[in-house]
Amino acid sequence: MGLTSTVLLVVLGVLALTGGVLVFTLNSMARVTFALLGSLVCVGGVVTVLGLPYLGVVIVLMMVMEMVIMAVFMIAYMMNPAGLMPMSMLHNTRGSLVISGLVFAAMVAGIYVVPWPDRTGARPKDTTFQVGMSLMGDQMLTMVTLGFVLLATMIATVVLATHRGRYDRFGDDLDQRPAKDPAGGGVGR
Amino acid sequence: MVEAGEWWMLLAAPAALLGFALVAVAGNAALDARSAGRSVTATAVVRPFLAVPQALVTQQRRMPAPDRLLWRVGVVVVPVAAVLSTLVIPFGNHVVADLSVGVVWFNAMEVLTWAGLWLAGWGPNAAFSLVGGYRFLAQGLAYELPLMFALISAATGAQSLRVTDVVGAQHGLWYAVWMPFAFVVYLAGVLAFSFLGPFAYPAGRDIAGGVLGETSGVDRLLLQAGRWLWLAAGAAMAVPLFLGGGAGPGLPTWAWSLIKTLLVLGLLVWVLRRMPVIRADRYVELAWVVLLPLSIVQALVPALVNLNL
Amino acid sequence: MTFELLLVLAAGLFSTGLFGALSQQSIVMIMMGIELMIGGVIVAAADFWYFLAPAAGSGQVVIVAAVVAMAVEMAMGFAVTTAIYRARQVDMTDMAEDLKG
Repeated sequence: MGLTSTVLLVVLGVLALTGGVLVFTLNSMARVTFALLGSLVCVGGVVTVLGLPYLGVVIVLMMVMEMVIMAVFMIAYMMNPAGLMPMSMLHNTRGSLVISGLVFAAMVAGIYVVPWPDRTGARPKDTTFQVGMSLMGDQMLTMVTLGFVLLATMIATVVLATHRGRYDRFGDDLDQRPAKDPAGGGVGR
Repeated sequence: MVEAGEWWMLLAAPAALLGFALVAVAGNAALDARSAGRSVTATAVVRPFLAVPQALVTQQRRMPAPDRLLWRVGVVVVPVAAVLSTLVIPFGNHVVADLSVGVVWFNAMEVLTWAGLWLAGWGPNAAFSLVGGYRFLAQGLAYELPLMFALISAATGAQSLRVTDVVGAQHGLWYAVWMPFAFVVYLAGVLAFSFLGPFAYPAGRDIAGGVLGETSGVDRLLLQAGRWLWLAAGAAMAVPLFLGGGAGPGLPTWAWSLIKTLLVLGLLVWVLRRMPVIRADRYVELAWVVLLPLSIVQALVPALVNLNL
Repeated sequence: MTFELLLVLAAGLFSTGLFGALSQQSIVMIMMGIELMIGGVIVAAADFWYFLAPAAGSGQVVIVAAVVAMAVEMAMGFAVTTAIYRARQVDMTDMAEDLKG
C-alpha cells in the first residue's frame, strides 16, 4: 500500500468518523441526514481505496439515493426538521454512552490483542470480476437468498405502508373500473 | 489504442464539456428566436450569455433563516458532478481516467444530482423550492431504474464496465442499432437528470421556478449551468455507449466523436423543445409499468447474444 | 498498522452508531444509528478482505450482504414508521412500548 493510499485512508477515515459524530450532535434533520451521507460516502471511498472500486462506487451510488429518500421521511416525521428550535431527543444518554464506550473499548482491545494471521493468497487482477464470479458461483445461494429477502421486503413494505386495499380501489364487488386512486397515473386511464 | 491520464485532458475535458453546453444553449436560443418569429442572428444566439456577467455581479436575494451551507453545497454539487462524470467519457482516443468501473462511476455522479437538487430546494427555506426538490426525487424514482438498465444493457453487451471496452465491443454494429430501446430510454434519462424539456417539472412554471425559484446571481447561474452541463455530458456519454465512440470512416476519431456528440446534442435540444412537461406521478406509472419491464427485456437481449457467441 | 487502524475506524463507526441507536427517541434517528453500525461492518469486511484473504471472493460477498441489509433495514423501518404513524401519530419509541414486558 503506497503513501497516497495511506493518506487517502487517513483522510477518509477521519471524515467518516466526524460525519458519524455529527449525525448525533447536529440539530437540523436535513444536516443530520447529509452528515450521515458524508460519512457513508467516505466509507465507500475507503472500500474503493482498499481495491474494491465496484463495491465502493456502488456504495456511494446507493447511499446517495437512500439518504435523499431518508431526508424526505426525516422531514415528514420529525418535529423541528430544520433545527430552528433546538430540543433534546435523547433518552438514557449516560447509559448509552457507557454501553457504546465499553463496546468500543472491548473492540479496540480485541483488535490489538488478537494475533491476526498473515495474508494468504494474492489479490486478483480484477476485483469486480472476483465478486461477480463469487456471487454467481460458489456464493450463488447467498445471492438467491438476498434476492428473496429483497423481494419479501418490497412486498412487506408496500403492505405496511399503504392503507388502501383492493376493495378501496375496485369497490366492494371488485368491479369498479378504472380503479379509484387518490392520484391518477399515466397508463391506461 | 486509447490513451488515458494525460495531464492536458484534465483541462480539456471540462473545457470541451463547457463548449458543448454553450453550443446547446446557443442552439436553444436560436430555436427560441425562430419560434418567436425573430430572425436568427448572432445577437439572438448570444442573448442568453449576456445574463452571465449580470449574474456574476448581481447581489443575491436572501430568505429568512435559510440553510446556507446545505443550499451552497447543493448548488455546487450539480455542475461539479456533471464535470466529474466526464472523467470516464472517452473523446476520440483520449480519456481522462479509464476506470474499470466507468459505467457505474457515470451513474453514481448522475445520482449525486439527486442530492444536489434536493438540497438546492431545501436550502432557501421556501415552500415552492422545496416542492421543486421533492418533484425531482419523484421524477428520479421514475427515470433512474430504466436508465440503469439501459446502462447495464450496454455494459452487458461489452461484458465490461469499462467505457473504452464498451466502445471497442461495438465493431461494425452500434449498440443503438440492436438495442434501440435502451438507447431511447438512455436519452430520456439524459433529459430527466438535466431536468430540461419534458422533465422540467422540478423547475416548473406552476411553482414559480421550483428549485430555481429562490436562487439568484451566481447560485442561479451554477444551477442553470449544471443542467446544460449535464445535458452535454449525457450526450457525450451516449456516443461511447451506443454510437461506437470515435469509430468511423475517413475522419480521425476525435472528429467522429465531435460530430456524433453534436448530433446527439442537437437531437436532445430539438426534442426538449417539442415536448410538454410530464407530471412526475404520470411518468412514475409509465416508467414502472411499461419502461422498466421493457428495459429488463432489453438487457436480456445482449446477455443471450453473449451466451450464444 | 493500517490494518489495525482501519479496524479501529470500523469500531468507532460501530460504537457511534450504537450510541445513536440506544439513545435516540425517534425511530428515524435510530435507523440512522443502525446505518452507521452497518457502515462500520463494511469497513471491517473490506479491511479483512484486503489484508487477510484477498484471494477469497466471499469477503466481498460480506460487503454485498451488508449493503443489502442497509437497504432492507431502511425500507422496513420507513414502512413500520409509516404504519405506526398512520395508526396513532407516533414517531417516538417511548410511545410505542405496547410489547414492553
